Amino acid sequence: MIEHLPALQVVIPLICAPLCMLVRYRDWSWIVALFGSWASLVISWLLLQQVMDAGVISYHMGNWAPPLGIEYRIDFVNAFVLLIVSAIGAVVTPYARESVRAEFGTNRIYMFYTAYMLCLCGLLGVTITGDAFNLFVFLEISSLSSYVLIAMGKDRRALTASYQYLVLGTIGATFIVIGIGLLYAETGTLNMADLAKRLADQPLSRTIGAAFGFLVVGISLKLALFPLHLWLPNAYTYAPSVVSAFLAATATKVAVYVLLRFLFTIFNVKLSFGVMPLDTILLVLAVIAMFAASAVAIFQTNLKRMLAYSSVAQIGYIILGISFANVNGLSAGIIHLFNHALMKGGMFLALGCIFYRIASVNINDMAGMGRRMPWTMGAFVVGGLGLIGVPLTVGFISKWYLVLGALERGWWFAAALVLLSSLLAVVYIWRVVEVAYLKPIPEDAPKIEDAPPAMLIPTWILIGASVYYGINTDLTVGVAKQAAQQLLGVGS
Amino acid sequence: MSGGTAVAFAIGLPLFGTLLILLNDRYPNIREAITLTTSVCLALIVYGLVPEVTSGGRPGFILAEIVPGLPIAFKVEPLGMLFAMVASGLWVVTTIYAIGYMRSHHEVQQTRFYACFAIAISSAMGIAFAGNMLTLFIFYEVLTISTYPLVTHSETKDAVKAGRTYLGILIGTSIAFLLLAIIWTWYLTGTLDFTPGGILKGKADGPILGLLLFLYMYGIGKAALMPMHRWLPAAMVAPTPVSALLHAVAVVKAGVFTVLKVIVYIFGIDTLAGISQDDWLMYIAAFTVIAASCVALKKDNLKARLAYSTVSQLSYIILGAALASSLGIIGGGMHIAMHAFGKITLFFCAGAILVASHKTEVSEMDGLGRVMPITFLFFFIGSLSVIGLPPLGGSWSKWYLMLAAADAGQVIFMFVFMISSLLNIAYLMPLVARGFFSEAKDNGHHHEDDHHGEPSFWNGVRFGNVREAPPFCLLAMAITSVGCVLLFFYADKIYRLLAPVAGIQG
Repeated sequence: MIEHLPALQVVIPLICAPLCMLVRYRDWSWIVALFGSWASLVISWLLLQQVMDAGVISYHMGNWAPPLGIEYRIDFVNAFVLLIVSAIGAVVTPYARESVRAEFGTNRIYMFYTAYMLCLCGLLGVTITGDAFNLFVFLEISSLSSYVLIAMGKDRRALTASYQYLVLGTIGATFIVIGIGLLYAETGTLNMADLAKRLADQPLSRTIGAAFGFLVVGISLKLALFPLHLWLPNAYTYAPSVVSAFLAATATKVAVYVLLRFLFTIFNVKLSFGVMPLDTILLVLAVIAMFAASAVAIFQTNLKRMLAYSSVAQIGYIILGISFANVNGLSAGIIHLFNHALMKGGMFLALGCIFYRIASVNINDMAGMGRRMPWTMGAFVVGGLGLIGVPLTVGFISKWYLVLGALERGWWFAAALVLLSSLLAVVYIWRVVEVAYLKPIPEDAPKIEDAPPAMLIPTWILIGASVYYGINTDLTVGVAKQAAQQLLGVGS
Repeated sequence: MSGGTAVAFAIGLPLFGTLLILLNDRYPNIREAITLTTSVCLALIVYGLVPEVTSGGRPGFILAEIVPGLPIAFKVEPLGMLFAMVASGLWVVTTIYAIGYMRSHHEVQQTRFYACFAIAISSAMGIAFAGNMLTLFIFYEVLTISTYPLVTHSETKDAVKAGRTYLGILIGTSIAFLLLAIIWTWYLTGTLDFTPGGILKGKADGPILGLLLFLYMYGIGKAALMPMHRWLPAAMVAPTPVSALLHAVAVVKAGVFTVLKVIVYIFGIDTLAGISQDDWLMYIAAFTVIAASCVALKKDNLKARLAYSTVSQLSYIILGAALASSLGIIGGGMHIAMHAFGKITLFFCAGAILVASHKTEVSEMDGLGRVMPITFLFFFIGSLSVIGLPPLGGSWSKWYLMLAAADAGQVIFMFVFMISSLLNIAYLMPLVARGFFSEAKDNGHHHEDDHHGEPSFWNGVRFGNVREAPPFCLLAMAITSVGCVLLFFYADKIYRLLAPVAGIQG
């Protein structure tokens, strides 16, 4: 059993998906999804422990030996990402029960859980696989199911948002498959480890260069790197609350992982940052994302859209860390994958709680919300402090390593820009705080209770974790450093 | 109780108090009794640490390791001891005052007020006892955030606007400059522990040290070095006890305390004295001393005038630190205590005048000294201490600061101190003169609109023509005024405490 964990990681959610469809009754399908997501969490935790103890795990699907068979290959990098994805899934599912019931027609609930399980399966699959084409297949599974999930939003604009994402997402996926195809044409293999070996021996050809370009652009589209982020704000704004939280915390993170895998493992640092000037390109785009997206976030009246733009900015931080191409910078990027998932996931869940009670996430309806829903708003503020990077929250740890990476690289101006851009986060978070805490409750506002515990507890688990991992960084920093060293091929 | 435990208690106790205060939201008497008890216990704990620190002990403990090699650690050294003594001691007095003030003024949300106050004190203790720069930074930020609800206490438009300035400058400078400087220091030296002699010694050359000094000095927005001083006048919309303890003592002193810490333990006095890149700091500080005094002259609102006076006085300490000499450090450190007692007395008086006669502008206070003689007497004493006249504490710190300037051969700064003292007289004394010697223009008018109805114990002391502040307020003012006098006679204790920091053999 234990040696088949890598397969089970993907198979369990994959089986749960049709099961959700078959049981049909809404609470039963929820229970199936709950089982699927919690089982995934347990498996990913065990996998991380195994990696910590015994190093890289290589699992041969159906006992077909690589490079011909599909290999699942787990090292520090993807073990950590697996944990992020499945942990968010495990927290979001209990929350989904109340939230989904309020936002969906009762007869569509099982479809939601089906698509949700497929999405989880796809994201986990992308992360765990060691085969380039298999990665593309899982990427499509996760993308297609997320189009469905987004389209399920209550607002009719969810349909156009989903369509927009469908078009752009497909372009991205096509670029990726073209890139993989070119690599296959050049090397004759699809196994990542094998690809890496063969690419290292080959001189840089035009085909490899083109493959590199297609892959980087395609993946950047999926991870919403500025200026390829246009699909993201609408998708996050109009998707159901649960979906916004889940996707914001996982989908882009997995895409970042894919970028890391291609840049550092399949191609190598020399090619990615030496021959190709990708470090400069990423640096510039990341910095623009940090400032432009944060500045746009300041002017949003819809809070979900505000958080969506903030996500684009936060992805900028992650990419910035990657562009430093040193251990501290890369660690910062990987730590921030985890940290941002906690903060942003928790904040989207908090907004979901508010939407559950007042059916709006507009800032004008937030007056006095600090007193009307104290626990929910408290969670939002703590998450917001994390985005700003206040010490004792995870955001501080990310910024610490990011600045350290910048100084180590000698780009001290980047260090200054990281900190300056956090000030924009102060503005967009504090705008909400002022309205929620310092404006009186409107006269005609109905009396409401705080969100039900089934929603508050998951919200506070994520927010609480965002404080806990801001103080105890053994797990995050430890694993991220190992992962960064593995990616760069240095140390340990 | 061992030293380390005492330090832990000093930080934890106010937090525990916060919890109890929140739980007793509905019972004002119990809530305030808890605040008072907590503050007294805290002061006892802090003062209990003094003998150990004076005899050379450095109690402390490590809480948790945030970044590998960089823990949240606490270690008490003389400067921090002094700051903690001032802050915790004056918290007791301020609590007494606040009970009188908040009740008499019928303030809203008093539970939130006392709770945030306790958190702020806890973070001030954290700053005082921090063993490394990261720990200090953490509590520095907690202090900013916990005082925000106090600044915006009244929830009016003005308060919200002031809150923006407050948070914008304090969070902005600390993240953009201070954090950068801290991470840079860590990158250069691999440690952030406060080490006698400085950790940057020999790790960086002149220009980089100069840049780091700039980042540190402007990163510590709480020290209100011009032009980063705007938050302090803005914060005056807060209730008077907040202005008194936090914006004359805990928050601003946390700022200059951090400046002293950085200069003594991060740069090292000798390192700083050896380079020429720190000259600008002396001139900026001197400019702030004079300019803020001039602004204070023109302010009619009493609290605004006192706020600018604070800006000016804070730069005395920065100037003392920038002189990078033993005497400068002693003078600066001493001024933390001396100015705290003087200025808190003045703020208490301003608040007392507000509750008893509803006046905020200096020009309205003609003849008020005859109505509130006790308050005006205390104001007089506080003023003399801030001006620096014997027999009040303020004279000693000025003495040492001027001595330091002379010692460093910077005669020009001696003049700065002298001119500033004259300016102090010019902006503080007119109030006393108006109060006692001018005829009230609209005598009796303000007495009719006393909307508090029947005089009661909480609203103020009255006999004959005299309408004094509530008794709790008077008591608090009396304690701090006596403190100003006592500090004159016991200044040598502070000198002995600080001597090891400044490298003088006691």
